[in-house]
Amino acid sequence: MYPAPFNYHRPQSLEAAIGLLSRYGDDASIMAGGQSLIPMLKMRVGEMTELIDIRKLSDLDHIEQRGQTLHIGALATHARIASAEVANQIPLLRECGGGIADRQVRNMGTIGGGVSVADPSGDWPTGLAVLDAQLLLTGLSGTRLVSISDFIVDAYTTCLESCELVTEIQIPVPPAGSGSAYVAFKRAAPAYPTASAGIQLTVKDNICTAARLALGAAAPVAVVCRDAEALLLGKEITTELLESAAEAIVAVAEPPPDARGSEAFKRAMLRKLVVEAGQRALGRCRGEDVSGAHHYA
Amino acid sequence: MHSSEQKVIVEMTVNGALYQREIEPRTLLVEFIREELGLTGTHIGCDTSYCGACSIVLDGLLIKSCTTLAVQADGGVVETVEGLEKDGALHPLQSAFSEHHGLQCGYCTPGMLMAAKTLLEENPQPDRDQICKGIAGNVCRCTGYVNIIKAVDAAAKTMQES
Repeated sequence: MYPAPFNYHRPQSLEAAIGLLSRYGDDASIMAGGQSLIPMLKMRVGEMTELIDIRKLSDLDHIEQRGQTLHIGALATHARIASAEVANQIPLLRECGGGIADRQVRNMGTIGGGVSVADPSGDWPTGLAVLDAQLLLTGLSGTRLVSISDFIVDAYTTCLESCELVTEIQIPVPPAGSGSAYVAFKRAAPAYPTASAGIQLTVKDNICTAARLALGAAAPVAVVCRDAEALLLGKEITTELLESAAEAIVAVAEPPPDARGSEAFKRAMLRKLVVEAGQRALGRCRGEDVSGAHHYA
Repeated sequence: MHSSEQKVIVEMTVNGALYQREIEPRTLLVEFIREELGLTGTHIGCDTSYCGACSIVLDGLLIKSCTTLAVQADGGVVETVEGLEKDGALHPLQSAFSEHHGLQCGYCTPGMLMAAKTLLEENPQPDRDQICKGIAGNVCRCTGYVNIIKAVDAAAKTMQES
């Protein structure tokens, strides 16, 4: 399968890339690693005549901590994020990035591409919702910071203006006593998750002082539920409590019945994943060395 | 319907030899390797980034060449299955695949070998679980995984000894 013909551009700077975007407008597509875009081009989904390849732009693949914020360049690959030293303090990053597809895709695919595609089953939109990430968008008139929940407005739809692109992801480093986890159920490694759940907890003197939960592949956009999180706050986290929080967040999810499973199957799976992620995160809050991986059919 | 006449020049090192070709930018890397360079060891399986038969190494990293444009490898260093054999001697992985019947129809083998090669470079002594994860992006439709895993394990041990 070949993509339809297009003109190829490889700008040497971010400014040049934005210049090309403003020149070609809706005829242009930005390509980072191409792991979502190339399959779409081969399937001839969408119309595009100008391909702007930014994969090798320098200064956009950093992974570094400045103050209490982790800064991840949009072109950092899933593989590099999963193995980055700074990701150790946020285990969710390791499990989210390291669980995307397979080694081949993780070596090319980028976090900036992953959020910009805004696939309802994508891993980063769910993981970053848990981490309260902010995205730095760069366009003709400069930059702006947008939260991940404001960035993704619908399935495959972001708030990006036509001359804008994601240049950095900013993640607050959680306080001591925090732990996070991300677990997906997948039919096979290269497939998108059938269902996924992410969680970050902060525990002080055995009492939960902060909680973030999100579900993936469970609605057009990542599902968050402040009421479910509130159930955990001020209490000692137990399996029963995690089950009630899972019940509450799954109640507001709208998992679509499809070839991956019925709605009832997906709801049951999501509940299980929330509890499992919660238990892993809780162990990490306590400083335990908790390992874990996705589940494969 | 838009039509484009654009051609671009790409240059890359493949298995140690430098190649330059003028191509349409939509040319996939796997097509470039097979059709332009005549290196047909790299296979096209699913052509949808699922099966891994087209796995090659680009700049030291395992990738799927059906989901990479040739222009993305411009200026890069590519290794394919043809580069494994050195001076007429099979790579330890190739010998181990032969010895342990790590292939049946052989279609997935070039991708499996490249996946195994990069896995052993990153982790020279993988356990069974790590081997399985290392080839998770490579599908064998003969379902001959047991012998593939045995072969990778045996090659790892041979390479440790030498």
